[in-house]
Amino acid sequence: MFAFIHFVKKETYHIFRDKRTLLILFGMPVVMIILFGYAIRNDIGRSDLAVVDEAHDAYSAKLIAEINASAYFDVVKVLPNEASIDNSFRKEEEKIVLIIPPHFGQHLFQPQTGKAQVRIVADASDPNLATSLTNYATAIINTFQGHISTISQPPLAIIQDVRMLYNPEMKSVYEFVPGLMALILMLVSAMMTAITITREKETGTMEVLLASPLPPALIILGKITPYILLSFINALLILGFGNFLFHVPVHGSLILLLAESVLFILTALSLGILISTVAVNQQTAMMISLGGLLMPTVVLSGFIFPLSSMPVALQWLANFIPAKWFIIILRDIMLKGNGWGYVWKETMVLLIMTLFFILLSIKRFKIRLS
Amino acid sequence: MENKIVQPVITAESLTKKFGHFTATDAITFQVKKGEIFGFLGANGAGKTTAIRMLCGLLMPTSGNASVAGFDVFTQTEEIKKNIGYMSQKFSLYEDLTVKENIRFYGGIYGLSNSGLKEKTEILLSKLKLKNEARHLVKSLPLGWKQKLAFSVALIHEPAIVFLDEPTGGVDPITRRQFWEMIYEAAYCGTTVFVTTHYMDEAEYCDRVSIMVSGKIAVMGTPDALKKGFSVKTMNEVFLKLAR
Repeated sequence: MFAFIHFVKKETYHIFRDKRTLLILFGMPVVMIILFGYAIRNDIGRSDLAVVDEAHDAYSAKLIAEINASAYFDVVKVLPNEASIDNSFRKEEEKIVLIIPPHFGQHLFQPQTGKAQVRIVADASDPNLATSLTNYATAIINTFQGHISTISQPPLAIIQDVRMLYNPEMKSVYEFVPGLMALILMLVSAMMTAITITREKETGTMEVLLASPLPPALIILGKITPYILLSFINALLILGFGNFLFHVPVHGSLILLLAESVLFILTALSLGILISTVAVNQQTAMMISLGGLLMPTVVLSGFIFPLSSMPVALQWLANFIPAKWFIIILRDIMLKGNGWGYVWKETMVLLIMTLFFILLSIKRFKIRLS
Repeated sequence: MENKIVQPVITAESLTKKFGHFTATDAITFQVKKGEIFGFLGANGAGKTTAIRMLCGLLMPTSGNASVAGFDVFTQTEEIKKNIGYMSQKFSLYEDLTVKENIRFYGGIYGLSNSGLKEKTEILLSKLKLKNEARHLVKSLPLGWKQKLAFSVALIHEPAIVFLDEPTGGVDPITRRQFWEMIYEAAYCGTTVFVTTHYMDEAEYCDRVSIMVSGKIAVMGTPDALKKGFSVKTMNEVFLKLAR
């Protein structure tokens, strides 16, 4: 036990004397959360919109005013005709244009037909943005239609009341915080342990440690103990940032959330140990961690790309990504306020994965020694 | 050598290690007595490091028998590890730890008590004249000092045997000389020294040497006897004759 304390102490010296390690440990999480929280967003704030008003009547003016008054658009420009849109899009001045054809009001109130047309033209070089913008614009036009039809005649209408549960404002930061937590903990814990163990192999100190009476399991445990603590601090940091900066709630039990985080940290650490048994030097360890963990965690965990829209083969493959299960657990606890009864299955998956990685590492570690 | 207590602390009988079809050490047999300085020589790839690793309990032999400090290398590696010191080919201290931290760490993992550590640290620092550098990072020390420190640290738990795998690689002649004085001192205090080296002048300092050629021990004996046997003047010539 005494020897173990000496080991943990030594490992802590290593961490706090290596600026690169410190930067990855604490710099990366902070930078990433600010980047994802502020810069990368799916929800759109106010956007610029241009109009081509060929009607110039009371109703076209009303429609434009209604759009301008909405929370989504600023009417910034009036273009002379449809032909000038292309030029305006190319200059990236706005992404969406509303065209109101001549006799808009007249057509609207024609006794028999009562139909008028408007056209929405969007710059689809960014398809996601274009879709969102046109959706917002259509919604405003529908509302406008509702307003003017109550003036003329009582309409038959089905009123749709759509509610977005658990994230009513559709804030993408709600989605990012659980994802980021999984990504950062996976990267930091796995990569750092893989690097720290391979560093001892590279410098030759591992041989001296193995020639000492310390059992190999104690050597590994001594090396990862500080990282368990630091990763836990990291988890708290991300939760704290999410809560104070972006008001991401924790509806469920905080204790359950932290316990699940510790489990996921252990999963990542065991993966790191496994990588270190394969990699010969620090560079290889880093490459394997980045290539083998970062990419699958980003792509296949459901963090950024929804799993349900992926091909079946990829969905199946995603089951082997620990982060997928952790993100489900986090969303359940943080956003839905679910308890143990809802997350025990995912927890079991993580637990089994961790045990599997540990057993495999022990086996590989022994092979290297004989 | 005749006047030393004759009692083998290392014995190897037909000790063999195979990696697949490659035989790294091929049935080597030798004995090392207590307090002896045993030079284990050979060209690169002759199988020295493999042999050392088997004796230190780092590598399981394929066949043969060996015991170190009275413990069997197949079944009692844990006991062996408690009774040996080991200095590897690569520099074995932590560069980003201070001199004192390194001493305390290695003492700590060999189970020294807190008071024992304090005492040992004081003795080592004054012996190595490193008192002023105690709080300096090891990477700031010159290589010769590092090697001397590494040797002292390998002896911190007062082991019966110390294994030195090319301890003087890349060190200047004066420091090498001082290093060998430390080896003599350790041997005088009863520690058995098992050392591999490339430098043939260092072979002259050993009580007894063995020279390995492609996995086998080609010759073994005192440096004087070997030189006589080959009728040459230096160990270097002995080595060159064997290599041809």
